[in-house]
Amino acid sequence: MSRLVPFFGFLLLVALLGFGIWWNSDHDPSAIPSPLLDKPAPAFNLPSLYEPTTTVSKQDLLGKPYLLNVFASWCIECGVEHPVLQAEAPTLGVVLVGYNYKDAPTDAKAWLAQHGNPYQVLIADVSGTTAIDFGVYGAPESFLIDGKGVIRYKHIGPLTSDVVASELKPAIAALQRETP
Amino acid sequence: MTPELGQLALILALLLALAQSILPIVGAWRGNQAMMAVARPAAFAQGFFVVLAFVLLVVAFLRFDFSVQYVAENSNLALPWYYRIAAVWGAHEGSMLLWIFILNVWTLALALFSRNLPEAFVARVLGVLGLIAVGFLAFILFTSDPFGRLLPMPADGGDLNPVLQDPGMTFHPPVIYMGYVGFSVAFAFSIAALLGGELEQAWVRWARPWTNVAWAFLTCGIVAGSWWAYAELGWGGWWFWDPVENASFMPWLVGTALIHAQAVTEKRGSLRAWTILLSIFAFSLSLLGTFLVRSGVLTSVHSFASDPRRGLFILCFLVIVVGGSLLLYALRAPKVAGGKPFAVVSRESAILIGNLMFTVAAAMVLLGTLFPLIGDALNLGKISVGPPYFGLLFPLLMLPIVLLLPFGPYLRWGKGEAPVLKRVMARAGLAAVACAIIAAFLVDGQLKAIAGVAAAIWVAVGVLLYVVKRWREMPRGRRYPAEMAGMLFAHAGMAVFLIGVLLSESLSVTRDVRMAPSDVQHIGGYDFRFDGVTETQGPNWRADQGTVTVTRGDKMIAVMHPQKRIYTREQVQTESAIDPGITRDLYVALGEPMDAQNIEGAWAVRLYHKPFIRWLWAGGLLMMLGGFIAAGDRRFRIRRGSRTEDNIVPPPTMPVEAGA
Repeated sequence: MSRLVPFFGFLLLVALLGFGIWWNSDHDPSAIPSPLLDKPAPAFNLPSLYEPTTTVSKQDLLGKPYLLNVFASWCIECGVEHPVLQAEAPTLGVVLVGYNYKDAPTDAKAWLAQHGNPYQVLIADVSGTTAIDFGVYGAPESFLIDGKGVIRYKHIGPLTSDVVASELKPAIAALQRETP
Repeated sequence: MTPELGQLALILALLLALAQSILPIVGAWRGNQAMMAVARPAAFAQGFFVVLAFVLLVVAFLRFDFSVQYVAENSNLALPWYYRIAAVWGAHEGSMLLWIFILNVWTLALALFSRNLPEAFVARVLGVLGLIAVGFLAFILFTSDPFGRLLPMPADGGDLNPVLQDPGMTFHPPVIYMGYVGFSVAFAFSIAALLGGELEQAWVRWARPWTNVAWAFLTCGIVAGSWWAYAELGWGGWWFWDPVENASFMPWLVGTALIHAQAVTEKRGSLRAWTILLSIFAFSLSLLGTFLVRSGVLTSVHSFASDPRRGLFILCFLVIVVGGSLLLYALRAPKVAGGKPFAVVSRESAILIGNLMFTVAAAMVLLGTLFPLIGDALNLGKISVGPPYFGLLFPLLMLPIVLLLPFGPYLRWGKGEAPVLKRVMARAGLAAVACAIIAAFLVDGQLKAIAGVAAAIWVAVGVLLYVVKRWREMPRGRRYPAEMAGMLFAHAGMAVFLIGVLLSESLSVTRDVRMAPSDVQHIGGYDFRFDGVTETQGPNWRADQGTVTVTRGDKMIAVMHPQKRIYTREQVQTESAIDPGITRDLYVALGEPMDAQNIEGAWAVRLYHKPFIRWLWAGGLLMMLGGFIAAGDRRFRIRRGSRTEDNIVPPPTMPVEAGA
């Protein structure tokens, strides 16, 4: 009987691998689900980048859907994303909020002056503490937040024109359908 | 026309593999000489067609035949000829063709060098190898055709993954497959023994050189892979516990256990069932490795191609091959159990402990590799384990092996003698402690480094003492038979490896810095001066090339040129610059320019000083050498019928449970 132990152990392994194939057939194995999806966005109250004395809070932005885009001047991928944002911002139909992440304000302003500024609202999280509440683990990341302050879509990494067309715009369209 | 010829060759090879697997096995079962005699010719013919298919794919690459989809996807007009050959195994379809090609290399070698073995046994072995070939040929033909056409034919192709455009990568996959696939021979021997109900363990002696050679190739392949990761990935690391690496490491761990268990079984008749089980495990883990890499079930930093349909096919194949052989083991293994009894203090016990450690380590790696999947299955969310898990458990499991290693050769079979062991322990222990104390002053109390020196000296002195003992006690010519010399080389390799790992892990200095031209950084006694970045050009890439001048005091050490390459298809690849040395490597990798518009300004640069890192590959190469040398022992070439003294074991009168 003990000679059958390896065989049964192997059957367990096969069951696990079979499960893996089934599971991955409708899950993207590299996707990391955000626990914040369809949950209220964390509260924040951050200084504006250009007017550090005034702050912008979550309450200030309620009412209209907006896209919160986490970026930094030191972030290479943000440079890749930036032209896409520049081109797509006017056609998105939502407010574009720039979330400057762990950046020196002077660097951020210089970077925006050089590459252009697609953002309507710009807030600065110099210490990066609020970003922890958002579960940001690298820039760029983007959060689509609806008028009630609920996160409806999240994208990690640069928004490419493909991602904008195939994921972001449909998500925005879905938002606009439910709040006419 | 040639691609279709390749496809036809694969179809013919599949039919021949079917003949090679079914007829000889049935023939051996029925005692039908004519059916058994099919094995060799079928193997030769299958080999011919597989080699033909492989050569045709190489030719398609060399002739830029972009009408073949696989060629168009993985090469272009600018790719140099040597990387076009390497591109054959640069992606999934070609890798699988390489797999079956190498299986045929092994099968052909076996068909040629097995004239001395009993006809029925060879028929079964070749039959089992044929069965494996059937699985892989069907896999290629039904899910991964490398000869598929692309219409219309593009004017130029894509590109070989730039990570793979490295000299190390041209030969890493073939070598590692030689090891992976080579375990199929040990597997086939075990299955043949189970099928035939071999009463004696002579077959283990026949299997040993094959297993040793496969193990040596696998060792070499892993060393090459580790070297490639170090030189090419730009992070200065040499091992990442990545699923793809683990896939090659698990068969190595079990294979290491297997070559030792085979020695016990061959010489003493003990651990027979265990040896059989290990050879099934070693090959199963090779297949599992292929499954993990190719199915996309796990994601990895270098998972190259994945497709669930392929995963399902390999899973079914796994069930048939591994499930079938484990069932066969359960049914037949007791018949081949037996052997001489051994005492607690004996070479058998030492090897058995080592075996258990290697096997548990392989199971630990398997568990760690599959952990994300288990997390999904039990709905625990996204979890995975990384270097902290492996880095803690693996050294713990290897510790008993390192401690036992010096005693191995001194221990007698059956029953060892305590006084000799105490003497070895005293001498090696004293040397290890003395060196550790000296090291403690030199490395400033770094615990890991001290442990590394102590462990390495412990092993090295143990090996050296035995070398001296043999020199003194044995007459010239009989001092170091190949099998023993191989063992000594491999064990010495372990000492060298320990130095490399523990010293480089504990003493390395890494610095991520911003450097403007003429900035100097001081690391490990060396001054690194950044002399700026210029543009340069290669056959299929352009690059920003940095110049870093390294000096020590007034002495000029090296001028290093790290690059940031951009390949034809805009893929970016970091080429680190390495100044190698016996006691240290200097390693420079180029990050990003601080201002993208001005590459002549400041850059983010990574500088490393890595003491003794080269030793870990040197140690691996010594182990490989040991494997090859041991395989060449004269004993393994002795003709059937003539027996040497040490392997006469009377057939067991009653089955004795052994090992597993």
